Amino acid sequence: MTIDTVEAARPELEVAARRADSRRGFFIALPAWVYLTVFFTIPLFIVLVYSFATRSSTGRTRLADWSLDSYRRLWDPLVAQIAVRSFMLALATTLICLLVAYPFAYYMATRRPALRNVLLVLVMIPFWSNFLVRTYAWKVLLGSDGPLSQLSQAMGGEPIRLLFTNTAVLIGLVYGFLPFMVLPLYAALERMDWSLVEAARDLYADGWTAFRRVTWPLSRPGVFAGSILVFVPTLGAYVTPAILGGAKTTLLGDYIVSQFLAARNQPFGSALSVGMMTVMLVFTVAYFRSGARNL
Amino acid sequence: MSVATGLRPKSPVERLLAANSWLVFAFFYAPIFVLVVFSFNANNNVGIWTEPSLRWYREVFANESVMSALKNSLIVAAISTFFSTILGTMAALSLERFRFRGQRLYDGLIYLPIIIPEVTMAVMLLLFFAQGFQWLDAAVGWSPSFGLGTISLSHIAFNISFVAVVVRARLGQMDPRLEEAAADLYADRWQAFRRVTLPLIAPGVAGGALLALTLSLDDVVITNFVAGPGATTLPVYVFGLVRRGVTPLINAVSTLMLVASMVLVAVSFGFQRGSHGRVTEWRASDR
Repeated sequence: MTIDTVEAARPELEVAARRADSRRGFFIALPAWVYLTVFFTIPLFIVLVYSFATRSSTGRTRLADWSLDSYRRLWDPLVAQIAVRSFMLALATTLICLLVAYPFAYYMATRRPALRNVLLVLVMIPFWSNFLVRTYAWKVLLGSDGPLSQLSQAMGGEPIRLLFTNTAVLIGLVYGFLPFMVLPLYAALERMDWSLVEAARDLYADGWTAFRRVTWPLSRPGVFAGSILVFVPTLGAYVTPAILGGAKTTLLGDYIVSQFLAARNQPFGSALSVGMMTVMLVFTVAYFRSGARNL
Repeated sequence: MSVATGLRPKSPVERLLAANSWLVFAFFYAPIFVLVVFSFNANNNVGIWTEPSLRWYREVFANESVMSALKNSLIVAAISTFFSTILGTMAALSLERFRFRGQRLYDGLIYLPIIIPEVTMAVMLLLFFAQGFQWLDAAVGWSPSFGLGTISLSHIAFNISFVAVVVRARLGQMDPRLEEAAADLYADRWQAFRRVTLPLIAPGVAGGALLALTLSLDDVVITNFVAGPGATTLPVYVFGLVRRGVTPLINAVSTLMLVASMVLVAVSFGFQRGSHGRVTEWRASDR
């Protein structure tokens, strides 16, 4: 084991030491590698294979008659409509989260350190709380005989009929994913060198100009990170639309699920999954590229 | 640490920012508050307040389906946290402290389960188990069935990545010279790991384990796919109830789940804060 500490005067020993170290690293990596190969890479491959298979009339998948039919169906008007709806909803969720979270994170980052930590804990609690429970809370709130509706009726208004609409899903998604936007924005703003803003002000920039030219560019990595963290999971959201959405608000996530648990069309469901995964990987890779440039 | 905002105190912009923040906090907490309050309502109807009572909590603990689902959840969470913490920590160490062939590929593989949508991962694992069991049955005439085993295996698969990311962040903050110093003092790599690295990354490992525990206890989508008919976890059972409607019983279960989440947050903050004290403790017990 003393091979690590051998002097550099013996280059062949140095090389041997490096090789031994590399082997050791490989063996430490191996268990997780094997595990993820079996329970991630192979399943991924199976989905790819299934997406080219055909569905028999009884709903079973036949691993024969390979074709691109399932991918062709992705361009069906019905499917395209669901995809566009999911995309728009994910985009709206991301934009609303950004609009709400940016000033919020800015406020947090500009408090005294003690208060800052308290506020951070207050954001972390919903972040760690059970997502299902938090979504259910909105089902309680928005129900036609729920508290909001009763409040509105008590004040002489109409009962609220928001549940099972796109609006309800949007509210639920914003509620569910807002902490994912707040935290990276806060991290970026808190790390920022605020004396740069001061310098801008000293050079007669007004508040808005200082923000636009200094604060905003410096916080952009946080904006990118938050947007990806919100956009990607909302595009494939299943729990929120399943609880707050209705029959007319099918999104990609529940559409894929229904192909496996209800319609029993595994090849088509697999093709949908592959399509969605591709879109998300493209977004994530784009994020890493642009993020690296902005950092 | 001075905070220069570029804004004068109590300027209109400052007031707007403050107002926005309090609205966000209200938005975060009001729904949870309503949910918790109505879990203490005696009435059968969630929306109509009659009188305070613990009736629904008694019903939760008397409900056999809820209790068996809870038991399943705890078993799966314990198994998956244990294995994913070990595998994830090893993965983080190998990525952060070693150079080996295929490392970049490995790096990407570790991140993929976090990046891809949950629904996709659920689909992948469902097809994998179904197809695998079918092949196994054809080959040896026997195959396992969907249940706690498949759920645990799936949870480990997504938890490894989260543990690895958390531990890696901690390793990245650590000064590598501390390990070099140990090596200079004739510690071999294992001793350096045991005496220096492990105590220093312990809060990261604990944080990763807590995240794995939370994710395992919360997961609905993947579990729903690989659970099979016999075994359900608590979130999957509650999800089934929630889809059918709103009942005070769900409110009570939800409140208990929220309390469990809060306890986990408190523990994780405790780990982060007390990390310094524990390192010295750990070292003392090592001698």
